Amino acid sequence: MSKQLTPKSSEKQSTESSKNLPPGLQLENVDDRIMTLNVGPQHPGSGHMRLIIKVDGDYIVNCDPDPGYVHRGEEKMAEYRNYITNIPHLERPVIHDSCNILYPYCLGIEELVGIEVPERAKYLRVIAAELNRCVYTQYWLAIYGIFLGHSTMFMWPAGDRELLIDLLEKMSGARVTHAYFVPGGIRNDVPANFEDVCLRQVNYFEKRIKEYAGIFYDNPILIARTKDTGVLSREDAIRLGTTGSVLRASGVDFDIRKKEPYDVYDELDVHSNVMKAGDSYARSKIPWLDMLESCNIIRQALEKMPKSGGVRTKLKPNPKGGDDEVYRRVESGRGSLGMHIVSDKKPQPYRLKISVGSFRNLIAMPYLLKGEKLGNMPAVYWSLNYWPVEADR
Amino acid sequence: MLKDLVTPQNANVFLGNLGDILIKAVDKPLGMALNWGRLWSLWPVHIETACCSVEFGAASGPRYDVERFGIIEAFGSLRQCDLVVVQGTITRKMAPRLRLVYDQMPEPKYVIAMGACAITGGLYFDSYNVLPGIDGVLPVDVYVPGCPPRPETLIQACMLLQEKIKRQKIR
Amino acid sequence: MSTSDNKETAQESTQVEAKPEDKPEDKPKDKPKENLPVFEKSLTDKIQKKFGDKTEIAYVKSNRTRVNVKKEDVVKAAQFIREMGFDHAESVSGVDYPESKEIEVVYHLGSYGDPTLAKQILVLATRATREDDPKPGNDSTKLPSLRDVFYSVEFHERECFEMLGVFFEGHPDNRRLLLPEDWADIPPLRKDFGNKGR
Repeated sequence: MSKQLTPKSSEKQSTESSKNLPPGLQLENVDDRIMTLNVGPQHPGSGHMRLIIKVDGDYIVNCDPDPGYVHRGEEKMAEYRNYITNIPHLERPVIHDSCNILYPYCLGIEELVGIEVPERAKYLRVIAAELNRCVYTQYWLAIYGIFLGHSTMFMWPAGDRELLIDLLEKMSGARVTHAYFVPGGIRNDVPANFEDVCLRQVNYFEKRIKEYAGIFYDNPILIARTKDTGVLSREDAIRLGTTGSVLRASGVDFDIRKKEPYDVYDELDVHSNVMKAGDSYARSKIPWLDMLESCNIIRQALEKMPKSGGVRTKLKPNPKGGDDEVYRRVESGRGSLGMHIVSDKKPQPYRLKISVGSFRNLIAMPYLLKGEKLGNMPAVYWSLNYWPVEADR
Repeated sequence: MLKDLVTPQNANVFLGNLGDILIKAVDKPLGMALNWGRLWSLWPVHIETACCSVEFGAASGPRYDVERFGIIEAFGSLRQCDLVVVQGTITRKMAPRLRLVYDQMPEPKYVIAMGACAITGGLYFDSYNVLPGIDGVLPVDVYVPGCPPRPETLIQACMLLQEKIKRQKIR
Repeated sequence: MSTSDNKETAQESTQVEAKPEDKPEDKPKDKPKENLPVFEKSLTDKIQKKFGDKTEIAYVKSNRTRVNVKKEDVVKAAQFIREMGFDHAESVSGVDYPESKEIEVVYHLGSYGDPTLAKQILVLATRATREDDPKPGNDSTKLPSLRDVFYSVEFHERECFEMLGVFFEGHPDNRRLLLPEDWADIPPLRKDFGNKGR
């Protein structure tokens, strides 16, 4: 799609004009067809990251992502804090999906230390994780709407997610950054009538999100902007190592809740949504279908949950693992989130590596944006389900 | 009689005194009018620095509607904005860009430091890439504590900023 | 742990090639003589048969197996593992061991294409010697890059390069990714680097 690059005559011109430059300055672009743009950290169409884009007219020739504007050094900080005191800062990379980023951490420590989680805690963890997935996806859809200029699509999800944030506030006490999961279960039990309230709100929420099809997914403008743009074929999706909704939109059926079930996902009926097109439209639709699936999972979990029981297995103070390492992964809103914990008999982890879905999908961004028109950039870029704060950790 | 009063020698003084009287008559109501215009249309720049941006986005949502105060996030250009909300942790990579954004905004401009990380570095106080607060980079008007602050707290901060603007003098 | 025991029961009673998707078979559980899970042991046996002494099997756990290789053989080992069916890297992490003066780079490899390997993560680890006094521009820690075998490690290796100072030979673009452009200190994830006040 990119046009032929130019002619040699401009090179001759530039060496002559470089003689007139003040000393110390250098001409950067020898080729004066190609312009370098900064889609920077302050841009209506980018999040907290920068894309250095070279355009030739209207077509993108090269794209160089420049993340790191929110790199806070989580992995280094984790080496100085105990396993339990690591929880508040480890959940901040994605504050509205905080349960899913703590999930592999808690599962890993439970494996290292060797304790078992009570049944009721497992069901409540599944419910909290699914609610968090919905809350994250709603915010992502809201920003997607704004990037495309559809401000109603900002207001509707931003309002509907407050229903679920109320539920999470009842469970954990905070709107976001719940710090609800601990190794050994969850921090505290839910209030008495939680099951009824949760069921009612989830049913109403499901009715509301079904209406998004009318304003967004069947909207001819969205279809024109996103169909057949940024097409990622099945082989490329596997070769680039993408994950989550990006992978499933290209036809690969891989959902960790089904392939490697953790907690009680093997007792629940989970259906993973797959679409074959691989374009931005499919990538924007899969998280919405996942939200509808989450409502089903929450309803099943509420039914099967044991009505009473403990919710936390107490650990000894300053839990330590052996000379061991562990890698657990979980399906979060962006894809597979894995934690590699290396322990060496001290109360602090020796090395904690967080492998997030956003960072793994980053490699698809320069690959897909080459050859696209500049106007399609927000549609393709945000459809990759990229949350910059998480990718930078 | 006026011609006797105003001689070429004291014409300047006369004009100067007349000017002072006019300004004193008009200053207070003009100031109140300009301030009224400014405080009911504070437009924040669309720059998200870190995780508090989620609560800022929620504050613009239908439940905690911040648009009723005139705070509409101007997605067009930062040359028409007058408020920078520093949402969350500022890293060393982001700080020069934030200063650049602040310098490009026209006067009068205000800064709200949102979240514990923007005030003192917060939870990430000992990280290698985090600035201990935004005070060294931008002049802050209102500090909003919280990690992240609830949207209601952000709205209270905007109202405090409005009080501050009301008391500003024009000249 | 009871959850991993359930997975072991499902895997012990099936063959390597013809393993059905997610349904555990209803055979009675045979207590194995040794406690290693059978399917994972078959994977490591294949690697050991091909490479013999050059590799060392660190552990064989349920769904996780680890192979340690030297840096000269890591590309060949990665190619063999790719032929076994693993097609992408889940994460690449570097671990610093200052006492033995080595930096270890750990690749977690998974499989999207092969349904029998969907749960498995094969951990491939190599070590590189590190110098005593890390000075930027003076580092001698080099490892061959696996980008030609697994394309998905590209950005992960860049991050490992800037965080630990490991130069990946063969990687087209060893450049900063997350750190600020004017970072002039030693790579932050080394143990010599201390956070503020610690």
